Amino acid sequence: MAAVSESNVGTATSVARAPTFIERYGNIVFRWATYLFAWLTVLLVLYIVYTITKQALPAMSKYGWGFITGTTWDPNTKVYGVLPEIWGTMYSSLLALFIGTLFGLAVAIFLSEHYLATFVFSLLKAAGLQFHPVWGRLPDQLEHLFKNLIELLAAIPSVVYGLWGIFFIIPLIRPFCLAWQAKLGWIPLFSTMLSGPGMLPAAIVLSIMIMPTIAAISLNALLAVPPKLREAAYGLGATRWESILAILLPTASKGIFGAIILAFGRALGETMALAMLVGNSNVISWSLFSPANTLAALLANNFAEAGPREIGVLMFAALILLGITVLVNMAGAFVLNRASMGREGVE
Amino acid sequence: MIITKMLRLSLVSFVLGFGLFCSSADAAEDYVKLIGAGASFPAPLYSKWFKDYHGVHSNVQVDYQSVGSGSGIKNFINKTVDFGASDAGMKPEEIAQVEAGVQLLPMTAGAIVLSYNLAGVPELKLTREAYAGIFLGKVNKWNDPLIAKANPDAKLPDSTINVVVRADSSGTTYVFSQHLAAISPDFAKSPGVNTMPNWAVGTRSKGNEGITASLRTTPGSIGYIEYGYAKGQGLAMAVLENKAGKFIKASTPSFQASLAAVEMPDDLMAWLPDPGGDDSYPIVTYTWLLCYKRYDDANKLKTLKSVIEYGLTEGQKCSEQFGYVPLPAPVVEKVKDALNNIQGK
Repeated sequence: MAAVSESNVGTATSVARAPTFIERYGNIVFRWATYLFAWLTVLLVLYIVYTITKQALPAMSKYGWGFITGTTWDPNTKVYGVLPEIWGTMYSSLLALFIGTLFGLAVAIFLSEHYLATFVFSLLKAAGLQFHPVWGRLPDQLEHLFKNLIELLAAIPSVVYGLWGIFFIIPLIRPFCLAWQAKLGWIPLFSTMLSGPGMLPAAIVLSIMIMPTIAAISLNALLAVPPKLREAAYGLGATRWESILAILLPTASKGIFGAIILAFGRALGETMALAMLVGNSNVISWSLFSPANTLAALLANNFAEAGPREIGVLMFAALILLGITVLVNMAGAFVLNRASMGREGVE
Repeated sequence: MIITKMLRLSLVSFVLGFGLFCSSADAAEDYVKLIGAGASFPAPLYSKWFKDYHGVHSNVQVDYQSVGSGSGIKNFINKTVDFGASDAGMKPEEIAQVEAGVQLLPMTAGAIVLSYNLAGVPELKLTREAYAGIFLGKVNKWNDPLIAKANPDAKLPDSTINVVVRADSSGTTYVFSQHLAAISPDFAKSPGVNTMPNWAVGTRSKGNEGITASLRTTPGSIGYIEYGYAKGQGLAMAVLENKAGKFIKASTPSFQASLAAVEMPDDLMAWLPDPGGDDSYPIVTYTWLLCYKRYDDANKLKTLKSVIEYGLTEGQKCSEQFGYVPLPAPVVEKVKDALNNIQGK
């Protein structure tokens, strides 16, 4: 650029000219369009909350707090309570988050530290092919493929996950569950029989569904850690293990926490796979094998045939789910700020 | 400039010509589109009928959305559809909301079976006390005396009965709970008749396909599904005791015997919570189309009647292969008569 403008200086034809009509007003229109769309998004959220609240109001005034503490859902006697669903929503999401974070973070470290590429490179080196025009590209290409495969997991429809859970996961874990129940039944976690759908299969499938979110965002956060930090750690004599745990993860902690919060939000709202796998029974139990229920599954199961009276109750349940999501996001943001305070890397 | 002008001109003439062509085609073919929504239970059969009808009358397109009986009734009352469909008929207060009047037409019937997954037990007889007890949670072992007494030759395991019920509210559940309430006073008290009652027992699966999947993958389970699903998936079906005390296998003749055992009333809303007769299968139900008594559009009226008549004649021939019960001849006659109640402006 500099060379071009220098050559133009002093010549008769200058490139400088007044902005055209389109350029001038295009800018203004564009700016206002972005304002408009940004505000429309905010208004849309508020409008959704408004309509749900409006429809939930009759049920809210009728059932009040009893709705949150009640444990029965019986359309015949008009007794409604969603405590088992609240419990199930939180329990399944936290379990899934635990498993998903474990695997997602491991994948992110594996790829960001180029373990795979290094391994393939050493294999190629043994064969003397490391600088071959085609084979030499293999390490990078493989890593690329891995990343895409993980992101592909996020693109699989929820109902496919549900079916896969019913026909694959449940028969797969049944023998283990029965054995654990027989031997370790005194531990509350294993205290009931797995009769098919239940908390554990739901949590396993849910963790696979949220794993790509955690892996992809954590990977970006880890890759964004300035290389000089890593080099400095190695230069000070830290082992690879030490540099990952003490330098890389804390530096990328903000991104990783962000990933976890995003994944938690997705787990809370996940509907179809859970409706198919969780067992949909109003049970509050620590047992991993017991059927349970979640708010999103309750809504999905009841909405299609709900009468005018039931709509209000379901809207109330929807409002509670919305409330839980907002609370979790706020708590997440708070934890994020506290946890990453003073630990952020060089910007 | 000249070129752009010519381009523009040709584009305009093209659009105009295309529009003219389309509208003239419409007028010649007398295209009619009917929209219906409702019960998912008869949806496969209805779709087949409407597709076949479209094959003969290419100018008629019938869209049927299988959204569930409750939504079907809602849409029908709000007049967003030309006809509705419901497994649960329509309640008097719902009928009162439709200004144009409502004509219910039973179009086909279906049966609900109790399917089970029990290795080494190809035939299972269940007394009324036994299967009501299972769904009340009172009978919870496979070798319970109530079950064992009726099956002296079967090797019943000493394991828990894993009951599978519907998680979503559904017309199937409504019919099944209606039957259980008719045979068991305890069930009538609680959980009672509902599209999604508060079951005392069981894990809950979504939809007929969800229950079918649970039954196939869970040993020692039992659940209620539509006959067509059980037949299609090759699931074992329990032999049930009927009102007359006979054990009846699920089959089209036994379903038809149940339909024949109940006289069709004038409003065409026949309920069979517990049909009598020696050969009747106990859990059978009609499913209805909901039509207005008055249609303003003469074309729609004519087409709708013709489609329904097709379903009542040709349509009945293919219902058995889909797992539904063909209507008895006297019922078909009654429904045809009732078509006369549907009038133009």
